[in-house]
Amino acid sequence: MGNSFGLGELGFLIQGLKWTVLLAVIAFIGGGIGGLGVALARTSTSWGLRRITAGYIAVFQGTPLLMQLFVIYYGLGLVGLTLPAWLAVAIAFTLHASAFLGEIWRGAIEALPKGQFEAAKALGLHYVPRMRDVILPQALRIALPATIGFLVQLIKGTSLAAIVGFIELARAGQIVSNQTYAPLLVFTVVGAIYFALCWPLSLYGTHIENRISRTAR
Amino acid sequence: MPLGYTLDFSVVLDALPTLLWGCAGTIGLALAGMALALVIGIGGVVLRGSKHRPLRSAVIVFVELIRNTPFLVQIFFLFFALPNIGLVLNPTVTAIIALGLNGGAYAIEIIRGGVQSIDKGQVEAGLALGLHKGQVFRMIVLKPALRAIYPSLTGQFIMLTLTSSICSAVSAYELTSVAQRIESETFRSFEVYFTITLMYLAISWLLMTGFSVFSRRYFLYPTR
Repeated sequence: MGNSFGLGELGFLIQGLKWTVLLAVIAFIGGGIGGLGVALARTSTSWGLRRITAGYIAVFQGTPLLMQLFVIYYGLGLVGLTLPAWLAVAIAFTLHASAFLGEIWRGAIEALPKGQFEAAKALGLHYVPRMRDVILPQALRIALPATIGFLVQLIKGTSLAAIVGFIELARAGQIVSNQTYAPLLVFTVVGAIYFALCWPLSLYGTHIENRISRTAR
Repeated sequence: MPLGYTLDFSVVLDALPTLLWGCAGTIGLALAGMALALVIGIGGVVLRGSKHRPLRSAVIVFVELIRNTPFLVQIFFLFFALPNIGLVLNPTVTAIIALGLNGGAYAIEIIRGGVQSIDKGQVEAGLALGLHKGQVFRMIVLKPALRAIYPSLTGQFIMLTLTSSICSAVSAYELTSVAQRIESETFRSFEVYFTITLMYLAISWLLMTGFSVFSRRYFLYPTR
């Protein structure tokens, strides 16, 4: 790479962008599965399950994402798991996303009218079909704007992987900035790429939110 | 556990005073950031309702730009941009500005929601009773609006406090950068980061308690 910001540098940023997107996708899918488990446990009838998941959520919502990355990253090494950096970071983001999505979906499940649960029970539906066919489809619909909002948070959050040295978009930006001595230009481009990724999602989230509040009236 | 590695928290105990100063740094940074965010938030809402279209658009662009880019990129940008316009500030002041701008963008959206929830008739009634425009804004619009949005605003402020750990990237004086220095001297990464994670947890609980005590005192008046 040369000393000015050219196509080569832009290509390097795009390479970083690929990792940003990949990390966000892995964390969103993993967090979606984990979050569903957390939300179901939080709304279950078992006191123990509710307490444990409430503690899990409180810890992940009460500490910085950066610390969660550090502790999980170094903690995995301590218990003898030598994982590639991207996997360790992906696990940390997945645990983080599970807590936040779990809390969002818990709220949505509890926001449903009680009659929905009672009617499903009265129809003789057991827990699995009751949740799968009656409760969750409605809850996920209510939770869609907040879920998309969290996805935007998650995409922005992946930039913290840069601090543990993982080369995604933000870290790629730091490297290019050091090589070209044009930090303002580089971080403007990096910011613009994040914006291009997040803004359409934000707009879509607001759009759905407006539509839901209109039909609710 | 890999062979030969035993957890050793003694280095953390030795560094405890330094870490506690780091906690104080984080709390100070966060409170300064919140104050600035509140000012930007209220100012932004006033500008957002201005008669002049460019002012309104500028606020919308600011909010969207901040909310759709990572804080890490924002603070790097500021860190390099401020000297370019002749402002050479120390990293901690830069961090406060970055936190204030970031929190301010979210605060604008939250406060705007609260102001919109105020019934127009209340404002008219206030004016009819002979209150000044400023008094109406302060007593009839701002205070009830603040009470309505208090939970989401304070939640956002807790997030801002946690976000302040990212300010270590420009080595502002706060808990994470203090911890990074200790880690690089002792190589006890897990022990150090585990301990300060607990400290952050304590700080956010402390703030949450503070916020709820404040709301019980300040917002204690009949609603209807």
